Amino acid sequence: MKDNIVLQMKNIHKSFPGVRALQGVDFTLRKGEIHALMGENGAGKSTLIKVLTGVYSKDEGDILLDGHQGPIAIHSPQDAQKVGISTVYQEITLCPNLSVAENMFIGRTSGMGQNWKKVNSDTDKILKSLDIPATATQQLETCSLAVQQMIAIARAVDMDCKVLILDEPTSSLDEQEVEKLFTLMRDLRSRGVGIVFVTHFLDQVYEVCDRITVMRDGQLVGEYEIKDLPRVKLVSKMLGKELDDMSDIKGEQKAYERKAGAVPVLEAQGRVSDAGIKPFDFHIDKGEVNGFTGLLGSGRSECVRAIFGADRVTGGTIKMNGKPVKINKALDAMKNGIAYLPEDRKGDGIVGDLSVRENIILAQQVLRGFFKPFSKAKQYEIADEYIKLLSIKTASADTPIKSLSGGNQQKVILARWLFTHPEYLILDEPTRGIDVGTKVDIQKLVLKLASEGMSVTFISSELDEMLRTCSRLVVMRDRKVVGELSGDDLNQSKVMSTIAGGDK
Amino acid sequence: MQKNEVKKSNENILMRMVRNQMFIPLLALAVLAIFNLIADPSVFKITLSENSAGNPVLSGLLITVLDNGSELAILAIGMTLVTAASGGQDISVGAAVAIAGSVLLRMLCGGNSRPEELAMPIIVAFLISCVVAMLFGAFNGVLVAYFKIQPMIATLILYTAGRSIAAWINNNELPVITDPGLSYFGGFIPGIPIPTPFFIAMICVLIMFLVLKFTNLGLYTQAVGINENSSRLNGLNPQIIKIISFVILGLCVAVVGLIKVSRVQSINYSVIAKDIEMDAILAVALGGNALSGGKFNMAASIFGAYVIQFLTQTLYKFKVSADALPAYKAVVVIILVVISAPTVKEWFGKMTKKFKVKEVA
Amino acid sequence: MLKKKVAMLLAVAMVAATVVGCGGGDKETTDTPADDATTDAPADDAADDTADDAADDAADDAADDTADDAADDTEAPASGETIKVGIINNDPNESGYRTANDKDLKEKFTAENGYEATFQYSMKNDEQIAYAQNMLTEGIDYLLLSAADTAGWDTVLQDAADAGTKVILFDRVIDADESLYEASIVSDMAEEGNKAVTWLADQGLDEYNIIHIQGVMGSAAQQGRTGALDEKVAAEDSWKLVTQQTAEWNAEKAQQIVQSVIDSGEKFNVIYAENDDMAKGAVAALDAANISHGVDGEVIIMGFDCNKWALEELLAGKWNYDGQCNPFQSDYIDDVIKSLEAGEEIAEKTIIMDEKGFDAKTITQEDVENFGI
Repeated sequence: MKDNIVLQMKNIHKSFPGVRALQGVDFTLRKGEIHALMGENGAGKSTLIKVLTGVYSKDEGDILLDGHQGPIAIHSPQDAQKVGISTVYQEITLCPNLSVAENMFIGRTSGMGQNWKKVNSDTDKILKSLDIPATATQQLETCSLAVQQMIAIARAVDMDCKVLILDEPTSSLDEQEVEKLFTLMRDLRSRGVGIVFVTHFLDQVYEVCDRITVMRDGQLVGEYEIKDLPRVKLVSKMLGKELDDMSDIKGEQKAYERKAGAVPVLEAQGRVSDAGIKPFDFHIDKGEVNGFTGLLGSGRSECVRAIFGADRVTGGTIKMNGKPVKINKALDAMKNGIAYLPEDRKGDGIVGDLSVRENIILAQQVLRGFFKPFSKAKQYEIADEYIKLLSIKTASADTPIKSLSGGNQQKVILARWLFTHPEYLILDEPTRGIDVGTKVDIQKLVLKLASEGMSVTFISSELDEMLRTCSRLVVMRDRKVVGELSGDDLNQSKVMSTIAGGDK
Repeated sequence: MQKNEVKKSNENILMRMVRNQMFIPLLALAVLAIFNLIADPSVFKITLSENSAGNPVLSGLLITVLDNGSELAILAIGMTLVTAASGGQDISVGAAVAIAGSVLLRMLCGGNSRPEELAMPIIVAFLISCVVAMLFGAFNGVLVAYFKIQPMIATLILYTAGRSIAAWINNNELPVITDPGLSYFGGFIPGIPIPTPFFIAMICVLIMFLVLKFTNLGLYTQAVGINENSSRLNGLNPQIIKIISFVILGLCVAVVGLIKVSRVQSINYSVIAKDIEMDAILAVALGGNALSGGKFNMAASIFGAYVIQFLTQTLYKFKVSADALPAYKAVVVIILVVISAPTVKEWFGKMTKKFKVKEVA
Repeated sequence: MLKKKVAMLLAVAMVAATVVGCGGGDKETTDTPADDATTDAPADDAADDTADDAADDAADDAADDTADDAADDTEAPASGETIKVGIINNDPNESGYRTANDKDLKEKFTAENGYEATFQYSMKNDEQIAYAQNMLTEGIDYLLLSAADTAGWDTVLQDAADAGTKVILFDRVIDADESLYEASIVSDMAEEGNKAVTWLADQGLDEYNIIHIQGVMGSAAQQGRTGALDEKVAAEDSWKLVTQQTAEWNAEKAQQIVQSVIDSGEKFNVIYAENDDMAKGAVAALDAANISHGVDGEVIIMGFDCNKWALEELLAGKWNYDGQCNPFQSDYIDDVIKSLEAGEEIAEKTIIMDEKGFDAKTITQEDVENFGI
């Protein structure tokens, strides 16, 4: 093995029943580099990583690791850790009710005895050396998500790891937190750790990575130095097509012009819920696409949840088409023609074990009532219609939704709400964690629906996306509405300055 | 579409069989049947004879299984729903059966522990016991749904107190009913040689399947069991649905109470339907349903109930003493848990794949 | 001010409690040679009494001193005064036997009969012990006890002795020194079994093929009733057990066991069920298979406990034998208390009650009324 190569995967194959997830993939990681692993959902990134960490066993191929003679066998995540391959997942897998030190050392001690004083001081040393703002004795759940993420990394690094895999570590962090994380990553790079970085954020790739490996449909597309691969090329490699599709929606939306005397589809006044937001006013017109923007945790989601009745509503009024309505729970909102695609797809959206078909009909079925189930035949008809309409990639309508890729799961949830034929559709982060192709599909769909007269509120943490789709943006900061932008004001710098606050 | 079909037919038949939810109970049934046949080839003989009242009745091991397994099957219906919706089990059904039976007797006796005549028609008394059992079910449901108590812990209350409540309902008396009408439900209806409990179970099963077909009970229950948050955001009320599942179990309990009381025309508060909750839970598990809730297969649970009874009856046949039965059932539980564990499933997958490769070669 | 007082009281109470605890512990060690108990007792008693009083006074200001004194007083109360009894029994729902037993006690220990009775029920030993301790704290003259478990009673009974409370056991025996209680009124389960087996032998069958349905394994009733039959079967060649299984006092289980024997086609002519419920379940299985039973039937039916409905079955000739397990202990207890109050010695600590066995051929309606529970 060459000197500076720490990990080499050669000709990896892996099949699942009916799917060839990896077909002869090669991957090379060098010492002291941050290597982005890019690809759409279903490209095989997760599978490759799970093979590397011993979660899945490979069907074919070799894994070579610096310091080991010949191919090594990894049968379990413990094996992987032993040889120095550590992974930090998107969802934090630590124990929130234990202290930071306990989390750092859990499962790594031999024997029963434990010198906690030493453990605590060691932990503090590590935290300090990595500049992580936490103390050893602090309970983990009192740390912010970003710090928890960093502690997970510190734990991984402290296990003498040569290879650190970061699987979507930034998706629940805000910008400052991401920046802190990057500082940590750069620090580790300088210490010679090879880092595999899986993310959907292009910006982040270009900010921190040295090299990119692109995968598509279970195959290797290629490995590139970052300077040789401009963004546009990267996207086209990932999609396997040229970028004309993107350019369709690149132009900014015109400011929405209200027709004289038009009554808003929905008008909220002083709406507030128990989720900790300040009362806010909001309205949306027929055929309008608007959005809530702001940093993570600014209360974007909480606002739309308050409109939909997803959290406990504590005040304020809602008028639909000028008529006051009472919306205290989801069913009230649904009956008034409101649909809500939640931010947390896994936790609030999909019903994992149920089939794609059942997931699609669920909301409409609830609206129809307990005693009026759709016939099986009708269910299949509906499911097939929406699978086709949204080009959902699924083996059949009976496939459990949890076995679909993230983007396709999101499309199923979208289908569920479209099937209720809502007057007003709320999409909360519909594009988070899904592949670029599906993102574009969803954006196009939103514009199409609006042109057909549906009102849509669109929330995304990617500002580009918002600017491309929305004609009006409600800006939030610290859990309250701080501005509303439309027309000429709708540009990146204006939004940023509004988010940051006028006095800066 | 066509592509999918091709894919399906290409899938290994063995693999598909293993994945079917009916596979485990069927396998258990087959093992038991073979075991019985080896020990005694005439074991499945069914004879038609007359009982002491001069009515034709069928008898034999299989009839006994159908007879006694029916109570379990009825409880398995409710237990399946509770398991699916709440992700836990109701361990108070035995005690609740005691309550339902006690109410039934109290109504029939009208306070006199040895009545010459029934104080009211059996159907009226039964309906009252249904209402009471459903109220107790609702009590459990409220604890689980609104107070977010683990189902096993919540139902522990009634499990502990139920039999005392049952005794209190009848002032600690042990009423004995002599009216032959009551004996039909747990025995035979004159002229019909098949045990009545089997008919009652089949009626319950039929009603359940009609309910599942013509209402959204199945979809709602599973949705709530799988993802409560998501269900709420789709307009469901998870609390109500959990309570409904417990109330339905209460109804099942009342039906079983009727059968149990009918069998002995009396009641013994401390032993009636003792440990039946364990068998009912086992039936749900044997039917391949996850005890952590979510998706369920009603037919598999009901089938599982009869398989459990077959096991019990087989153990009796081999003179295993009743207090050792739980140990044997524990073995079944262990096997079930092991074969449904992910690692073993993966191993199964590998084995079938090897099998397939060999076939191709 | 008040806080201080409460705190002081608490402290005193705690100290007193430790003293009592130590006293008890010492006593146990000195007691180990059991014969010494009588000589040691008075001295320790005195020490404990003072400690007890201190604890009581300190812990509870409102404690009625006179009541305490009365409780401590070992002399018989003057005639006409009510006798305070604390009765700890098993849950009356346990069985028909227990229900009858509880009813009998409640009817005897009334104000009209000169008693003031407190009842507590539990089927758990530790709960029973807690009840007993509460009763002793409140002050009672007699503790009547049907213990859930045989072990663990030494300390409480010692406390009772120290407090001058006399203990009478009924229905259940315990593993404790005889000196700790005045009398024990029990059924002799083995004798019940002997009576039944003797009766069965007297039937003079050529062959005895017996289905033996047992109660909960390990219970006194099961052991007594099983023992006699086991001995006989071992001794006689013509006696065979077709099956011997526990149905745990449960009618349905008994029914299933008999059903499985019928299904297997084995021959039998006796069902020996260790209680009435199980006999009833067995009969239900026979009825379904049209096997005649009772007087002049193919199968002899034997049960125990003498439930009223079971005796009625006997009267109707459907069963053959029912052995009594006498729940009516209150008369015996009453006698014991009367003699103790009169200052008499109880000659025999263990009092075994009269118990009958009823034969279907000789039972009368009167028997059903008198002995049915």
